[in-house]
Amino acid sequence: MEMIIKGKSWKFGDNIDTDVIIPARYLNLTEPSELVKYLFEPLRENFASMVKTGDLLIAGENFGCGSSREHAPIAIKASGISCVIAKSFARIFYRNSFNIGLPLIICPDIVEEIEEGDEIEVDLKRGEIFNQTKEKEYSFPPFEKLMMNLIEHNGLIPYLLSGKFSI
Amino acid sequence: MGCTITEKILGKHVSKGEVKSGKHILASVDFMVANDITAPITIDILEDIPNAKIKGLDRIALVPDHFTPNKDIKSAENVKKLRKFARDYGIKYFFETGRAGVEHCLLPEKGLVLPGDLVIGADSHTCTYGALGCVSTGVGSTDLAGALLSGKIWIKVPETIKLEYTGKLKKWTYGKDLILMTLKDLGDKVSIYRSLEFTGETISDLNMSQRFTMCNMAVEAGAKNGIISPDEITEEYIKDRAKRPYNFYYSDSDAEFVETRRYDVSELEPQVALPFSPSNVKNISDLGEIKIDQVFIGSCTNGWYEDLKIAAEVIKGKKVADHVRLIVIPPTPEIYLKALRNGILEVFAKAEAVIGPPTCGPCLGGHLGVLGAGERAISTSNRNFVGRMGHYKSEVYLANPAVAAASAVVGRIAHPKEVN
Repeated sequence: MEMIIKGKSWKFGDNIDTDVIIPARYLNLTEPSELVKYLFEPLRENFASMVKTGDLLIAGENFGCGSSREHAPIAIKASGISCVIAKSFARIFYRNSFNIGLPLIICPDIVEEIEEGDEIEVDLKRGEIFNQTKEKEYSFPPFEKLMMNLIEHNGLIPYLLSGKFSI
Repeated sequence: MGCTITEKILGKHVSKGEVKSGKHILASVDFMVANDITAPITIDILEDIPNAKIKGLDRIALVPDHFTPNKDIKSAENVKKLRKFARDYGIKYFFETGRAGVEHCLLPEKGLVLPGDLVIGADSHTCTYGALGCVSTGVGSTDLAGALLSGKIWIKVPETIKLEYTGKLKKWTYGKDLILMTLKDLGDKVSIYRSLEFTGETISDLNMSQRFTMCNMAVEAGAKNGIISPDEITEEYIKDRAKRPYNFYYSDSDAEFVETRRYDVSELEPQVALPFSPSNVKNISDLGEIKIDQVFIGSCTNGWYEDLKIAAEVIKGKKVADHVRLIVIPPTPEIYLKALRNGILEVFAKAEAVIGPPTCGPCLGGHLGVLGAGERAISTSNRNFVGRMGHYKSEVYLANPAVAAASAVVGRIAHPKEVN
């Protein structure tokens, strides 16, 4: 996993639930390439076709609330989104994302100030975010050891199979 | 400083290290569950690993309940994948359609999830089982694959919010109204990553089905788990069902709670959650006239036998309003049969309701009662997000079974006393 992420920001609001990230009627699909077609369909149709690899999602409070469907972070990751920055995350979405190697960052300050389309750069190891468009820096608390290990191994299963898993 | 029931149970599931809120632990798992939409991803992960050694095959239930009886070809293929995996690996608890039911009603009924357990499930409403006095929480498909490989799960030990209820509930109010009122009070943020412990004399008076309803919706507050201390009502429910030995745990008198909230519920009236959040709750008397097109009575939240009985009592001898569809789904074969034997299904059929097979059905807008644009439903289920039951321009209101039944008769959201 790259520790430096660069891309354009896509902004969403508070309480974005997994039913709007990927509606339940598409949960008969399991392939990332299929799921991604319906990502955010209720809010922005064809969202994934606008995303470039590396882009970032920005959201408000409680992002990913609702069901445990891993299809939600799978579809986000498959779209090319490299990381989600929000004011807070729902807990199952939080673990699901790290478990598949999609880093999530809690940084309320940047969420308040960013505008959609701003170009940003994130240093996952240092806990720094730079809004290149607005020329403003932000920091976030370093990831806990377990979460960093999950990011570095690109998810739980590779980490478990590496034989190095520890809490 | 003492421990909460959640800390104590987690403590029994770690081999080393301190179990203190905020810390990550690696805990052994007593039971796991996955369904026809979450298990296929777990199975794909496991089958991609050469010579994967899978553990705990007698500690997992695979329950095809979301899109079953299979709604389309893709769903049928997913259930085939579960069936084949169960057969290939000798999984004991695969529930075929006809024997399957809504997982969170089925597992307690079968005595597979027990007091004192640590249960994980690839479904957010796995928190339902906390009503039995176990720690039970929803996880993802990868988590489940990890637990099947290692027998363990990583968990952050949660802080606990203690919720204490006093007063006797009035007629037509139930555990559903307590949890809706609590969701309104807590909002969407306070409980994230935390445990909700439901306590007090009002909770002690609730039967198991109402306790399940409350713990079921703990996730709607963002909580990791909801839990109720076991007592003689728990014992009575579990003693003839349990497939394994079980243990009762309780919070210490000096346990540390991050917050305690007290509610006098003696004057509580039926509660209704308005679109588009389960915490967007009002008293039924403050609603005004809200016409409806569809009513759903069922789900892991409020499809229990006692719920069907309450709804049948309200609707007995009456007809569903002309412009309304009433869908009733007993969530398990056992509940279906009991409702059939006791004349409850006949009451619904005579009222011109449609009675569905055990499945999650309309709750998640997958099949059997999907809403069209502009349609409005009242449901005994747990979520009313945008598009939850169908079109993005449809609306879902959440309420208890008596309110749902009364609304079906009147054709708008109605207090049960209007029809009784």
